[in-house]
Amino acid sequence: METITDNNWLLTVLVFAPLVGALIMVLIPQQDEQSHKQVALLTSLVTLGLAAFLLIDFNYGKAGVLQYFADAEWIEVIGAGYTIGVDGMSLPLIALTALIMPLVFVYSWNHIPEPGNAKAFLILSLILETGMIGTFVAQDLVLFFVFFEVVLLPMFFMIAVWGGENRRYASLKFFLFTLFGSALMLLSFLALYFLTEADTFSMLVLTENAGEGIARGTQLLVFAGMFLGFGVKVPMFPFHTWLPDAHTEAPTQGSVILAAVLLKLGTYGFIRIAIPMLPEAAEAWAPWIGLLAVIGIIYGALGCLAQTDMKRLIAFSSVAHMGFVMLGIATLTDFGINAAIFGMVAHGLITGMLFFIAGSVKERYHTLEIKRLGGMLAQAPRLGWILGFVSMASLGLPGLAGFWGEFPAILAAYEPAVGLSEKTFHVYMVVAAIGTVLAAGYLLWLLQRTAMGEPPAEFADDPNITDVSTTEWIAWAPLLFGIVLFGVAPGLIFEVTDPAVGQSLNNCITLTGCEVAEAAASSGSGGG
Amino acid sequence: MLLNQFLLLSAVLFCIGVYGVLARKNGVLVLMSIELILNAVNINLVAFGALTADVGGEVFALFTIAVAAAEVGIGLAIVLLIYRNRRSIDLSEIDLMKG
Amino acid sequence: MSFLFGFAEPSSVPTSSTVAHSANWFLEYAWLVPLLPALSFVGILFFGKRMRYRGAELGIAAVSLSFLLAVCAGFAWIQHRDNFVLPDAASGAPATPGESYVAVQNSTQWLQSGGVEFGAGVLVDGLSVMMLLVVTIVSLLVHVYSTDYVGDDKRYTHFFAFLSLFTAAMLFFVLSDNILQMIVGWELVGVCSFVLIGHWWEEKPNSDAALKAFLTNRVGDVGLIIGTITLFFAAGGGHTFDTIKINEAIVQGEVGHTALVVASLCLMAAVMSKSGQFILHTWLPDAMAGPTPVSALIHAATMVVAGVFMIARLYPVFFEGMQIGGSSINLMATIGAVTLVFGGLLAFVQDDIKKVLAYSTVSQLGYMVMALGVGAWTAAVFHLFTHAFFKANLFLGSGSVAHAVHSFDMKKDMGGMRKFMPKTYITFIIGSLALAGLFPLAGFWSKDEILVGTGGWGLFGGTGGNGAYTFHLLMGVFGAALTAAYMTRCVYLTFHGEFRGGHAHGGHAHGGHAHGGHEHGGHAHGGHAHGDPHESGPRILVPLYILSGLAVVAGFANLPAGFQLVGDSWTERFGHYVEPYKSSYFPAIDHATPSWSLAVVASVVALAGAGAAIYYYFVKVDRLADQTQQSLTELPDGLSKSNALAGAGHRVLVNKYYLDHLYEGVIVAFTKGPLARAAYWVNQKVIDRTVDKAGETAVLVGRHVYDVVDQSVIDGFVDGSGRVSDATGEELRQINSGKVQNYAAILFAMAAVLAGTFLIIFAL
Repeated sequence: METITDNNWLLTVLVFAPLVGALIMVLIPQQDEQSHKQVALLTSLVTLGLAAFLLIDFNYGKAGVLQYFADAEWIEVIGAGYTIGVDGMSLPLIALTALIMPLVFVYSWNHIPEPGNAKAFLILSLILETGMIGTFVAQDLVLFFVFFEVVLLPMFFMIAVWGGENRRYASLKFFLFTLFGSALMLLSFLALYFLTEADTFSMLVLTENAGEGIARGTQLLVFAGMFLGFGVKVPMFPFHTWLPDAHTEAPTQGSVILAAVLLKLGTYGFIRIAIPMLPEAAEAWAPWIGLLAVIGIIYGALGCLAQTDMKRLIAFSSVAHMGFVMLGIATLTDFGINAAIFGMVAHGLITGMLFFIAGSVKERYHTLEIKRLGGMLAQAPRLGWILGFVSMASLGLPGLAGFWGEFPAILAAYEPAVGLSEKTFHVYMVVAAIGTVLAAGYLLWLLQRTAMGEPPAEFADDPNITDVSTTEWIAWAPLLFGIVLFGVAPGLIFEVTDPAVGQSLNNCITLTGCEVAEAAASSGSGGG
Repeated sequence: MLLNQFLLLSAVLFCIGVYGVLARKNGVLVLMSIELILNAVNINLVAFGALTADVGGEVFALFTIAVAAAEVGIGLAIVLLIYRNRRSIDLSEIDLMKG
Repeated sequence: MSFLFGFAEPSSVPTSSTVAHSANWFLEYAWLVPLLPALSFVGILFFGKRMRYRGAELGIAAVSLSFLLAVCAGFAWIQHRDNFVLPDAASGAPATPGESYVAVQNSTQWLQSGGVEFGAGVLVDGLSVMMLLVVTIVSLLVHVYSTDYVGDDKRYTHFFAFLSLFTAAMLFFVLSDNILQMIVGWELVGVCSFVLIGHWWEEKPNSDAALKAFLTNRVGDVGLIIGTITLFFAAGGGHTFDTIKINEAIVQGEVGHTALVVASLCLMAAVMSKSGQFILHTWLPDAMAGPTPVSALIHAATMVVAGVFMIARLYPVFFEGMQIGGSSINLMATIGAVTLVFGGLLAFVQDDIKKVLAYSTVSQLGYMVMALGVGAWTAAVFHLFTHAFFKANLFLGSGSVAHAVHSFDMKKDMGGMRKFMPKTYITFIIGSLALAGLFPLAGFWSKDEILVGTGGWGLFGGTGGNGAYTFHLLMGVFGAALTAAYMTRCVYLTFHGEFRGGHAHGGHAHGGHAHGGHEHGGHAHGGHAHGDPHESGPRILVPLYILSGLAVVAGFANLPAGFQLVGDSWTERFGHYVEPYKSSYFPAIDHATPSWSLAVVASVVALAGAGAAIYYYFVKVDRLADQTQQSLTELPDGLSKSNALAGAGHRVLVNKYYLDHLYEGVIVAFTKGPLARAAYWVNQKVIDRTVDKAGETAVLVGRHVYDVVDQSVIDGFVDGSGRVSDATGEELRQINSGKVQNYAAILFAMAAVLAGTFLIIFAL
């Protein structure tokens, strides 16, 4: 398969730059919090700069091809290589990760959660960044797995150390759930290795092979393993219960990272690994994925309606939103998968932003109980308006980013890939559309209870309740801008992902969308 | 065969060492018993090295001695610290590692 | 980057075949019209507070410019249309597809995904130019009016920002050349409506109303989304959102019937929610919680007609899907007919002047939808046009009165306002007469056209029309009587009789009319002499004059053919320039010929309605009030009871006129009493309750699912596995004594076992 190897040092530097920063921070004494913050921010800014260079230098005409491709030997015995590369599918997610982290560090400038220790907190965040970017560039299953797991530990500690009251329970639940999924995922990777003739973990080779020579029953099982592994991370109903707990207990920064990037590792795994490598099994599983996705949409929304805690509500809304993403994926059309990638980025921006707001509300009111809040528009008008704006984005208002994750996913469900039952997916489509009403319901209800009305007596004269501070503005402005930008010009993302998705579906045997995808790949190559 | 005597000697030394490690309460004595065990191994290494005319056995023995020296240094330091803290080196009283 | 939002390149490659030859500059650059208010929104948002007039000047300037551009576009369109000769004018056949009609379309690629291109562009034809004019002029007048009306509001700047955004979104919506873009505009106007209804969010009823409006619209949006998607895939397999392409495919019969039925039903749900059709209309009266200028602009003149506009824009979908041609009943027409009667009935039992007008809006929207349902496209669009002016006039007039008495309650705080506000009174009367459809005001012409269009009037000797919609004709005529009657009541209670207001305003709590008190919360009551109410200032009156002027003349835009007083070149101008008749993207509808006898009958019925109301209010109630020395507040509104009170004195009179008895005792009383009450009861108790219950049930189900399934079953499973490992760990913990020597013992024991195992293995 064609690859472009120009400038292939770039990705390695991009992935490990945060780690270098973390190593430098190890050498700085713990008391010197200010330098820790500076180094962490600087490191993430360097990473962002590298990512920006990547965005500029990326050959958009060949977005379907792996670029900056590097392939070095790593563990020779098992044929695992240090193979990295980036194409249109991973580019938006890398950019998202690189963007979110500096914002997290800016926010951390005067919001280091209890019990302090900025050094450890920031180092963990940087390790997280390496893990996340690494997962998005890895082109080898073992490497992918390693990065995928690297993410797990820092997050575990983040929740377990800097979390809320119930942090031990939540962190353990998070850890066990994900580890359980990872174990099955690893089994599937190993099965792929042994069952294909090439004896390799290279994603390129396995994608090209597309499950050839593996018996159908075995394919189904292998896919099921990945399904669980990635599904837990997404999280799909019914593997989602770790999410509300983890989100509720995690410190603000942890929630933001979790919502903005971590959840996408699962969906990314589906579109990068599970579906292209085992298209036949994907086709068999797709109706079930779709079913769980729409159950997730409705269920997440109902869960939101029952919540009394703002942060928990936002967490539950993630279940619903990721349901739309999974519905797009389940259609197995390039259109649906494009929508899914867009949905991931949009959800990252929007829900990340919502968690930032929740953190700031908690800081001001010392509670997130919806019943006790109110009148934010009167006391902190800008905060209230931002909450309103982001709620609108989250409920899928056209013209803002959220819409382009939802509407195309619903659209794609009208005409799923050939071989999938149209009737089934039509039902999914209607259910998903109803989900948008519920989404409006819980978000507006949240908005009404927290932002509108008169401030409650207990907070009426609280001097703590101030409007958005400068650090918050700096941390939030890029997200708010991104929500508008991608809402107005969704082509910015679709244009990039489209060829890559087409390319990865190209190798399928029975799947449709191939002809369309090829046509798009040839016609779309002039764009950019 | 000469080898058998060496092996027998090392086995006896090893057993004495194991007894010392398991039975003695005094931390210093336990460390000394560990030395016995290590030396039992050394004897084996040298004996087999001589038998097979391979210098590797002697090299490993030297290596073990070096490591043992370091180990005993750290071990004694720990014992000393325990003594300073507790005014006792009775191992049966020390259960900080209880899970 | 070509995939950026494409408005920056209006001259980029046209993707539609339906582009005119060389269009006028104003038509080519029509996208400037929505762009200006959009820029003003951003400007006001960021810099408004620092401006001299707190942002209002920017909004007014932008909308004025938009209005000028729209006027120019209007003239350009007339010129453009005149220069164009319809193909096959002689045979009357529709143009062949590909051959251009007169619409000017500029589109560029918005995004491309999965091999599907989504365009973004503007479609300028008679319909959109007409809407541009209506939206910009009403918006401009409302802007001016608001500078006085909400002048003391603490969120004045914010108010103007959202007025601008609303104007931009609405203009964007009407200029859309594809349905996807229409969805964007549709939702954006919904959000503006949400924000502006909830403008005084401090009070819960206001934010409740805002939420209700948004959520009801969202319910309709499910239909909008599904309907749009169905059309996207169904239209000739073309994978397109382009309205003209979809319409052309349908007119050519390339689209399956099932898909059209599904699409039209789904879109109808969206129309019902947006345009306040029965049973999804309940949000509209509640939306009156917003400031009055907002009610005039959004909830009367423009946004609520978005649904009507969408039907008009995608008319082939509905024409084929609902089988409008050649039938005598269909869903759309029936929904419209039911809405117009029910809405009218409900207007009788309202004490809040804005609610009367709101139900009246519901009723008039019912007329428009019914007209579209019976195939009278031009009549519907024309009614939309005239209604915008007189309804905005009425709303702003009610605001002017409320501004003076600080309340919207007609019974408690108004009455006799004619003496205090003669100028407002005159404009209000003109608006009411136009609404009631009296010759020769605007409402007369448009309502008459709708009645003609039903085609169900063989009785009156007319011909043409798309079917025999007799039932709908009768409903329409009945509605005319209702309209006249409730407006008479409204005028009487507000402007005639004795002034009942002025009592204890300082600390007066306005009960259910939270917005009434709020709307003038900023007024410096201290220095304000609380004697008689006084006439409003020029910034309120001038918009009223202009709108009432338009309410008089707007009807002349589409005089019926054969109208004797003017030449043929002056009749049916509106239809000529707005309706894309005989084009490749418009169904072959049958135009009915106007009938003077029907007009006379309808006018007589309306007059009868007004007459009955006048008799009851101006004659009977006045007399009753004199006799009993009661103020109107204490007088019961139901006739049955007032009959009992008035009983003895009037028995002879009543017995003398059987007609009166019939009118008052049976028809009016029944209508006003049980029927209207029942309708209102259904409205409040059944539909509203269902909406509430549905919400409550959803929350209950959510809570139940959360408690039982989520927390017990699924979580229980996870926790269970955790507990098992926990218990195992507890057992194993025993070994972990912390004593070094125990560990050593285990170590050696294990080593011994291992050695034994080796021995056995190698020995064997």
